[in-house]
Amino acid sequence: MPQPANVTLNFDQILSSAREVYGAELMKMADEGMEFAFLCSDNVAPSSTVGKFMAKYPDRCFNVGIAEANQVGISAGLALSGRVVFAQVFGPFLPLRAADQIHADIAYNDVPVRLIGTHAGVTSGGGPTHNVIADLALYRAIPNLTILCPADANQCAKAVRQSMTLPGPMIIRIARGAEPDVYADQNYDFQIGKSICITEGKDVTIIGTGSAVYWSLMAAKELEKDGISAQVIDMHTIKPLDVEAVLEAARETGMIVTVEDHSIHGGLGGAVAEVVAEHGVPCRVKRIGLPDEFAVLGDPDEVYAYYGMNPEGIANTIRGLLKQ
Amino acid sequence: MSVNKQVDLDVVRELEEKAWKIRRDLVTFVYRIGKAGHLGGELSLVDMAVALYYRYMKYDPGNPKWEDRDRLILSKGHCAETLYTIYADLGMYTMDYLVDHFESLDTAVFSMHPNRKYIPAIEASTGSLGHGLSLAVGLALGARMSQAKWRVFCIVGDGELQEGSCWEALMAAGHYQLGNLVVIVDKNGLQMSGKTSETVTIDPLDDKMRAFGFDVIEIRDGNNMREVCEALDMLPEPEPVARRRPICIISNTVKGAGVSFMENVVGWHAGQLNKEKWEEALKSIDENRKVRS
Repeated sequence: MPQPANVTLNFDQILSSAREVYGAELMKMADEGMEFAFLCSDNVAPSSTVGKFMAKYPDRCFNVGIAEANQVGISAGLALSGRVVFAQVFGPFLPLRAADQIHADIAYNDVPVRLIGTHAGVTSGGGPTHNVIADLALYRAIPNLTILCPADANQCAKAVRQSMTLPGPMIIRIARGAEPDVYADQNYDFQIGKSICITEGKDVTIIGTGSAVYWSLMAAKELEKDGISAQVIDMHTIKPLDVEAVLEAARETGMIVTVEDHSIHGGLGGAVAEVVAEHGVPCRVKRIGLPDEFAVLGDPDEVYAYYGMNPEGIANTIRGLLKQ
Repeated sequence: MSVNKQVDLDVVRELEEKAWKIRRDLVTFVYRIGKAGHLGGELSLVDMAVALYYRYMKYDPGNPKWEDRDRLILSKGHCAETLYTIYADLGMYTMDYLVDHFESLDTAVFSMHPNRKYIPAIEASTGSLGHGLSLAVGLALGARMSQAKWRVFCIVGDGELQEGSCWEALMAAGHYQLGNLVVIVDKNGLQMSGKTSETVTIDPLDDKMRAFGFDVIEIRDGNNMREVCEALDMLPEPEPVARRRPICIISNTVKGAGVSFMENVVGWHAGQLNKEKWEEALKSIDENRKVRS
């Protein structure tokens, strides 16, 4: 049985904004003397922590206007001048608008740019033009990229700080900015590429990424009432995937349910299913996420409920699977 | 900007000789690898590239990662064989090494499009058109952050300017007033399927560049070394910090320049050379060799 990590979880709905928390972290890092550049594309409010960081350090910050492809290219050029670059990009216009720049300028040139894509999945609201449903599928197929989906705001700040020590390019995928904290105590071990088993269980493993980690945790809590013991894994790094953790979960529980605010095609679920299938481990894999259609129109919480991505939906799916 | 006519003719003569040799080496390289090179655009670029590497760029071939060097981004990355040939002439490689390590799988260093991972002299891996200008803007901003006195040159093709991403980058360069950026348009007038002016025209290019915030230097004949030198002599010292209009050099060239049977022939955008064509090309390069008194 995998041992749960030494973490203190937060079961209350305490909402935080990854943008706000990582912005404060950037300020701290700059105050500590760390050298890096920052770019945005007309997507940072002056009143936000990132905005305050930009105001305090204007010589290293550039607002390139509404031009995401150019933002990614300029970020690569800045990195080629010998510095780490963070670029906050409005998620809906990052992966597909700037796909060629991500592929050729960031990944192929293998430069230390951290693209922080906001409004992951359907968190933006406003319909499919503003949904980010295919980014993980794209990123996963591009060599050299490290892909992170922090589980909560504070973990995003950890990722931003830890990224300073890594040489290659990185995607940090975050939600809109009012998501529940998963971890109540920030004093836990976070390593890029190493998943975190946050609850132990023997009947099923729920692997979540990004905001879906909290939904998975809540689903496990609900299943507990039915006597179903669910292990929950925070898969904050999509690439490189923590293959060992997936295989261990497959062997130990024989059933994996993945949850992500992304198309079920090509994201976390696809990555997990590939690992399980290629290793020949007998294990049922069920992917929960957005189906192969442009999402229905509604507030994010309504959309999640509609597609069974919320805790109730996840729990119901698992109950059904266990009855089969 | 007005042209300085006080160009040093000894320098021009030396560079013309070098351009003649590079053209010979380039067609020989393409013949020896037995694969299609983008000879049309590679030949149109030779005179400018020679002038930059042998005279006008701050550059040490013995130390291609010298911190104070000028940076050159070849946005029209498909013309990298011109640079490879120059690197060999500068003593960084032998011609045999270039040929043996061209797209040779696990021993490869060189490819149709340049990769900075394998070639220290290459500042950025390019090949997909419309990327170099954004990279160059980023490099120029990086020099501004470091208050470093090196310059960024970015060479783009005229057909390439049909890519919208170029104009996002040019707009940013004008906005940031990058006094350390020089954009060079190798305006040979042709693209893969025909004349640029008949495909989707980029003209009036000088007016467009000025409207995007650039100072423009136009070279009437970009395959005339004297005119190339006159233009490059006009460049002011790079200014990393203070805002100054970036510079665009529009170099009117001939696609295939120096090899008569390729000049202004659309089909020589890309092509292979058999032995007969290679010998014909060498003969033509020799016939077109400039001898300045």
